[in-house]
Amino acid sequence: MLMKGNEAIAEAAIRAGTDGYFGYPITPQSEVMEYLTLAKPHERTGMVVLQAESEVASINMLYGGAAAGKKVMTSSSSPGISLMQEGISYIAGAELPCLVVNVVRGGPGLGTIQPSQSDYFQATKGGGHGDYRLITLAPSSVQEMADFVEDAFDLAFKYRNPVMILTDGAIGQMMEKVKFKPQKNRDDTAPDWATVGKPADRKPNIITSLDLDPARHERHNIKLQKKYRVIEQNEIRFETIDCEDAEYLFVAYGTSSRICLKSMQLARQEGIKVGLLRPITLWPFPYETVQSYTQQVKGMLSVEMSSGQMVEDVKLAVSGQVKVDHYGRMGGIIPTPEEIVSALKEKIIGG
Amino acid sequence: MSDTIANKNLAVADNLVYKKTSVMNDTVLHYCPGCGHGTVHRIIAEVIEEMDIQSEVIGIAPVGCSVLMYNYMELDMQEAAHGRAPALATGVKRLMPQKFVFTYQGDGDLAAIGTAETIHACNRGENITMIFINNGIYGMTGGQMAPTTLEGMKSSTTPYGRDIQMMGNPLKITELVAQLPGTYYVTRQAVHTPANVRKCKKAIRNAFENQKLNKGTSFVEVVSNCNSGWKMTPVQANKWMVENMFPFYPLGDIKVPEQDQ
Repeated sequence: MLMKGNEAIAEAAIRAGTDGYFGYPITPQSEVMEYLTLAKPHERTGMVVLQAESEVASINMLYGGAAAGKKVMTSSSSPGISLMQEGISYIAGAELPCLVVNVVRGGPGLGTIQPSQSDYFQATKGGGHGDYRLITLAPSSVQEMADFVEDAFDLAFKYRNPVMILTDGAIGQMMEKVKFKPQKNRDDTAPDWATVGKPADRKPNIITSLDLDPARHERHNIKLQKKYRVIEQNEIRFETIDCEDAEYLFVAYGTSSRICLKSMQLARQEGIKVGLLRPITLWPFPYETVQSYTQQVKGMLSVEMSSGQMVEDVKLAVSGQVKVDHYGRMGGIIPTPEEIVSALKEKIIGG
Repeated sequence: MSDTIANKNLAVADNLVYKKTSVMNDTVLHYCPGCGHGTVHRIIAEVIEEMDIQSEVIGIAPVGCSVLMYNYMELDMQEAAHGRAPALATGVKRLMPQKFVFTYQGDGDLAAIGTAETIHACNRGENITMIFINNGIYGMTGGQMAPTTLEGMKSSTTPYGRDIQMMGNPLKITELVAQLPGTYYVTRQAVHTPANVRKCKKAIRNAFENQKLNKGTSFVEVVSNCNSGWKMTPVQANKWMVENMFPFYPLGDIKVPEQDQ
């Protein structure tokens, strides 16, 4: 099927057996809710789709639905995701599973409606208040937009943690061929922690992020941190392309990684052996894999459509052992393959 | 000896005229003596027990004095962010329409920071029960001005009294939501006398029963006191409430289903 990335997310959500979508329109991701309302998921699976009054409301509708043990999701773009940070923090604190899709546009502020990757910090380092982490998946194709929906729900329920699909306006808007998995039934069985009404034979289920007793609250935080360490152990995903003989590395995700594929070709035509390391999970970040290439390559260029955010994680992984720099464009500008090759030459090879 | 009361076992089922509701547990309430929260909690619990729907109820607690409501209720409950309870309730009810869902919020939560969530849940006609405790002040944070603080009323952020030229007017959000087509039943009650407790209980019972009809939002405001925040004794606070709050927030039904008119 030929489809936009945003539409692929919507169709995949129906097929993954999602119970509820709550959203608010914002460019460049409005196709998600438009597709969902047009596709009559209520008739197909019983899935609920509701347009909320704001992103603040939609993320809190997710909180309510997730606390009832349901598979719930929302999608938005950067300014809307900023509004959701309060709710995401509460969801992380209360350990609820849900999926939040961020089709990133350029910021700060109202910014632009063109694609960007400038929400990396917000997604991977917290975003809202308190010590928490979002599992962050970065698709680079329409196919991955579709595939990651079900993966995201699996991770969300496995760890009782919010998951973000961090993509951008280019992947959201572009059309590619996509294959969908067969329709899954919605699962009506509630997890044992869910608030579904207290039967006589169990204690009340309480979903809260509050604990006024500091000792108990610290224990809760320690438990969260232990969970995050387990996720870091088990869930790192990445892709390497032409890295076997590489003397230089592009580190890039999403749209940037696609442009880097072309940059690699151009560089290799000139005899520059460059490979691509594409993190798929931005958190947990593949620090060890990046680190392992310090034995092989002379330098790494982090290519991002931002002023340089992921580059901080690359530097952390490399720990000064090889040269690391960043190249990127901002404000909705997409870099050309040629300018990336030039940046590699100037900042890494010649620098 | 055998005829004295002390020797008779009077604690038998036949003699039972009152017992604590089983939908509340034995945790000691943290509310100030004289506060209305405990009474409204008990009314909600009694209604749920009498309707025999405990296993079908999901409650949403607010931020404010009643933030720990879930510690006292034998119910599955969720704790919302400040003002967001109607959004949580929307999520729960839309995904489980056969369950009974209620929110419990104070005036700062429902009528200031959560105004958008309140209005839009009511305007969509979410089939939920919303309980709104209005004591005209932020109790939990130490008695600051609320959206419902009366003109001239002192609070810790209006130490010389609320000046409406500067701070705006007190908000009658209950009258406002009654204007919305999504609300089915809107009423204002109090719990300062036994008669009012009985009336309030009837209103809350109606508000829960209405969920079976699926006709829209049922909204119950309870005008209450805050003797600590108002810096009065409980008796003075109730008297002040009757003399000052009730004229501005008059008790009674504001919107009733057509067949009941």
